Amino acid sequence: MKPMNKYGLFLLGVLAFASCKKDNYDAPSSQLTGRVVYQGEQLGFEQNQVTFELYQSGFGKTGPMGSTFKQDGTLNALLFNGTYKMIVPNGQGPFIWPKTASGAPDSLVINVNGSQSIDINVTPYYMIRNLQINGSSSTVTAKFDLEQIATGADAKEVEEVALFVNKTDFVSNSGDHKMREQKKPASDFPGLTNISLNAEVPSVTPAQNYMFVRVGVKIDGVEDWLYSQVQKITY
Amino acid sequence: MKKIIVYSIVGLATALSGCKKDSDFLDIPPVQVLPSETVFSDPALILSVLGDLYNRQVDFSSLDGGWRTFADFSESFPSENGSDFLVTRSGWGYGEWGTWDYGYIRDLNLFLQRMDATEVSTKITAGDKARFLAEGRFLRANYYFEMVKRMGGVPLIIEPMQYDYKGDPTYLQRPRAKEAEIYDFVISEAEEIKNDLPANLADKSRATKAAALAMESRAALYAGSIAKYGATTPTVSLSTGEVGIAASQANGYYTIALRAANEIIDQSAGTVSLYRALPDLEENFAAIFLDKSSVNQESIFIEDFKAFAGKTHGFTTNDQPYSRSDEGGDAGRLNPSLNLVEQFELLNGTFAPLPIGTSASRIAYNNQEDLFAGRDARLRGTILVPGAYFKSGQLKIKAGEITSAGTIVTTDASGGSLVGTDGPVNGLEFRTQTGFYIRKWLDPQTGSGRRGRGSDVAFIRYRFGEVLLNAAEAAFELGQPAVAAGFMNQVRERAGITTPLTAADINFDRIVHERRVELAFEGHILFDYKRWRIADKVWNGDATSYSDIINNLGKATAKSTQPWGLWPYRVQDGANAGKWIYIETKPSRVTGVNRFQLGNYYSAIGDDIRAANPTIVRQPNQ
Repeated sequence: MKPMNKYGLFLLGVLAFASCKKDNYDAPSSQLTGRVVYQGEQLGFEQNQVTFELYQSGFGKTGPMGSTFKQDGTLNALLFNGTYKMIVPNGQGPFIWPKTASGAPDSLVINVNGSQSIDINVTPYYMIRNLQINGSSSTVTAKFDLEQIATGADAKEVEEVALFVNKTDFVSNSGDHKMREQKKPASDFPGLTNISLNAEVPSVTPAQNYMFVRVGVKIDGVEDWLYSQVQKITY
Repeated sequence: MKKIIVYSIVGLATALSGCKKDSDFLDIPPVQVLPSETVFSDPALILSVLGDLYNRQVDFSSLDGGWRTFADFSESFPSENGSDFLVTRSGWGYGEWGTWDYGYIRDLNLFLQRMDATEVSTKITAGDKARFLAEGRFLRANYYFEMVKRMGGVPLIIEPMQYDYKGDPTYLQRPRAKEAEIYDFVISEAEEIKNDLPANLADKSRATKAAALAMESRAALYAGSIAKYGATTPTVSLSTGEVGIAASQANGYYTIALRAANEIIDQSAGTVSLYRALPDLEENFAAIFLDKSSVNQESIFIEDFKAFAGKTHGFTTNDQPYSRSDEGGDAGRLNPSLNLVEQFELLNGTFAPLPIGTSASRIAYNNQEDLFAGRDARLRGTILVPGAYFKSGQLKIKAGEITSAGTIVTTDASGGSLVGTDGPVNGLEFRTQTGFYIRKWLDPQTGSGRRGRGSDVAFIRYRFGEVLLNAAEAAFELGQPAVAAGFMNQVRERAGITTPLTAADINFDRIVHERRVELAFEGHILFDYKRWRIADKVWNGDATSYSDIINNLGKATAKSTQPWGLWPYRVQDGANAGKWIYIETKPSRVTGVNRFQLGNYYSAIGDDIRAANPTIVRQPNQ
């Protein structure tokens, strides 16, 4: 072995080890999970339709880390430890998010230090109460009441209610999240109690003996529907 | 001795060459770039700078922007496997259609500043200078119009900004102007420059008085309808006015739109008229978009192309019928949908679905094109239907054969004895999958479908037909339906419709429908539906059925979320043997639905832009 090669090998080893540290960061490892609740009860949304943004300041320009709630009203994010501010942008979600005096969404401070779970308390316009869903291989029926939560200046009317049936557990008013639906205007249900809807159960290929069902409420002037949690009916 | 002479020569040469003054030595004129004082002393050089600025205009649909810029919104089906996201997705991202090119604005502002310098006046004539300045301002106003259509109010920068390198750029951060302020800017610029521009249409690829007025009338119409129809979507607004215009301003804008359009109509901006060169009305309508000669007095402002000179586009290559392709398999991408085809009226001006019968009893036709007879000439001027001719060859659109008992016999390969060379077969790209091909903009010139040659059909940005419809809409909104009917009847008569509209016939649905069929595939539909605030109703995210299409003809808010097709079959046996029947078909690739959300009305402003300039407020509902 020539001496040059020995030095060369040594140098290579030094370089190889030297490049392994310092300039590589660990991936974020603190898991933040959260759920959107009213008095402890989780709200339901359409998958990937209600957005939230996390901000972490102190690193130059401020920009959001945008993401969306899942359809069961939960969120999930892998973050570095630190202090974050969370907002739900204006016009998002079937609930009232607090605003600052200038009309911008108010922020919720979240201190992330290791994995943790939070409850995000919001005021929905309505809540779906006493939901009963019954299904057979031919039809699904749903009975429920609506309770108005937001009152006064924030109160909004119900535009329509609907029952959605889908073969996968993504169920909503979105075109490919429903195979059957029944929609009725709120005027059919004065008092918003004893609302009853029914929809046909579609036959699918390959055949399956279950369907996923949920009911939704469209609130006048609010784009995002409010949903119940998805229920699986087996027949 | 010799050495001494050589050394002294070299020494002398070195010494003398080093004797120049430093400033003389370093200050030599560049040989590769033209300094701005040289450029702005010669009209030809100024025009070449302006040529670059013209070339950078932004259009929504454009022939050199690719066929896909025409393809969305269920008005057509994309017959290219890599583009099926257009029909498989379930909506648009909030960032879609955004534009934010302040580099272009800066270049325009620099051009205007240098053009306006006093020493320029000593070099070129006052007439040239005024025209160049007006052209620069036209392009700037046109781009601000393009931005406000997509983004709402944007920072209004009308001078070149200069950074002082002191580390604090906050003095350069401008907040968004109100949406109305941008429209006002476009309108006032058009008014101020119109008399510096030529009042004739000798050169349509440069700004003219008519182009400025056409821009003004369109901009004022957009502003007026946002003011009026904004009330139907109250959440699509910002209390500070960057998005949304007060309803009280609607009439003012409509008045401006009508006045500007009338200024073109009364010929004070040069001779304009509807194109009527050919006796066959269908050929005539198609020729509006092909004829670049002086016979065409309809086009007002165009993006011109020139074959064999480096400026061509591939629209014909991409969209020519497969059987008539100049370029082997390169063809057939843009297939107009049945949704659009059904919108064309009968010649007596009434709506009627194409009579294909029902699944129980189909109506048989001797010739394929018989189904489309007696319709608005714009149908076959815009769309190649089964049985139509292109480049003197008849299209071979045939989905298969059908027995008298109703059994369909077909295959997955085109071009055999069962399926026509032109399709349709589900999923077979470059052939039609709806049964139709595009005709508008399609170049019948020999060789124009080749990739190497390309087509030089011009893209018409503003034309007289649209000006008439602008005037009609503005008049209708101002409560003058008789005036509106007069303008609309001019356009409809040219399309062969025999029964004129009366004042009582004019309503919002009529206005919307007329623009949809007259201006199809010209880049209007998105912005029209946005300003009328009906985009979230037409593209509401629910699947479209055949009965949705045929039962709501001419209704402004009828949904159109999925493109349908109409497939011709040849009858094999029985009394109708050899005849053709049609079956409505949703192409199997259409699995998504168009869902236009409230957050889509104004394209998102990027996080990078808002981080760099915190005074920029975000769009509503996003």
